Amino acid sequence: MEFKKVAVVGAGTIGIGVVTDLVMHGLSAVVVDISAEILQRARSEVLKNVRVAPLLSKTLPRVTRDEAAQRMVLTTRLEDVASCDFVIENVTEDWEIKKSVYERLEQVAPPEVCFGANTSCVSITRIAGVTRRPANVVGVHLMNPVHLMPTVEVIRGLHTSDSALDTLVALLSRLGKEAITVQDLPGFVSNRISHLFMNEAAFVLQDSLASAGQIDQIFRKCFGHKMGPLETADLIGLDTVMRSLDVLYESFQDPKYRCCPLLRKLVHAGHLGRKTGKGFHSYPTA
Amino acid sequence: MNMMQEADIKQAVRQFIFKSIRLPDLGDDDNLFESGIVNSLFAVQLMTFVEKAFGIEVQSDDLDIENFKSLNATTEFVVRKNGRCAA
Repeated sequence: MEFKKVAVVGAGTIGIGVVTDLVMHGLSAVVVDISAEILQRARSEVLKNVRVAPLLSKTLPRVTRDEAAQRMVLTTRLEDVASCDFVIENVTEDWEIKKSVYERLEQVAPPEVCFGANTSCVSITRIAGVTRRPANVVGVHLMNPVHLMPTVEVIRGLHTSDSALDTLVALLSRLGKEAITVQDLPGFVSNRISHLFMNEAAFVLQDSLASAGQIDQIFRKCFGHKMGPLETADLIGLDTVMRSLDVLYESFQDPKYRCCPLLRKLVHAGHLGRKTGKGFHSYPTA
Repeated sequence: MNMMQEADIKQAVRQFIFKSIRLPDLGDDDNLFESGIVNSLFAVQLMTFVEKAFGIEVQSDDLDIENFKSLNATTEFVVRKNGRCAA
């Protein structure tokens, strides 16, 4: 299948990464969010990503900022997705918001178009139930930084068709990504496990068992992980991690997913990780 | 604008790196990325710092991790680019 134009609904951290990936691979992106301010910030971040990409990856195509800018259409009108071959939804991990977006997407996107629900925790089957095209809804858990990650967790909802899965896998392949397809339960494989690591690391810090640096170093140097759990949480965004834990807690009704009070406190303080310059660690810019 | 001496540049880069990763035993030639001390995203922080602190613009040909792999590599890069104090 040939892809020309892909809709990206939600221009937060992940949405920005998705748009970066699309434009760097020569695809056009219709970027939808609720305000011009959010869209301008997204545009600026995408162009920054495109600029520094050669520093972080030798395999990504080299694209000028002008080329990238020409491949982006920014809009606050969800109706503008009507001309797209595929929709990737990346809105906030909040069920009421997602539900409302899918109800509206159902009205404006042609019925044959597949929806890639980019979520870290919400059930794909639940999302599909809001639409009249459940076979064309497939889960795609793109991880940050999207354009640098070679592998993606793909989720088959209860109703997802082989054809919708094949379409998504083809799009990911166009972006140079491999798909690992799993079944559908909240948190899938990656977040169901990784969020326990991040949350327990926050409890360890709260208990003054070790510093944030020590906790991450143990994961890097003893386990050989590229990043420790706290810096991973900082990269994802502590608000997103907190919301995902809340979704897991609500979905499984299992206390092992209760969010660490220290993590919640940092979110309330506005220390959301890399995007605000401070989370479990600090990220000075100058 | 005053030209900064290499030693001043190195000191400023050292302070930025230490402020970010707090490893007092880090050697001047230690590879920040291969050692697992930081991940490659730190290169972007370092590049942004270098541009702001020394008033230079990193060009697309300069976007090579080799230029930012260690304290000495970063200092040498700034010197090559005729770094000037932005203040």
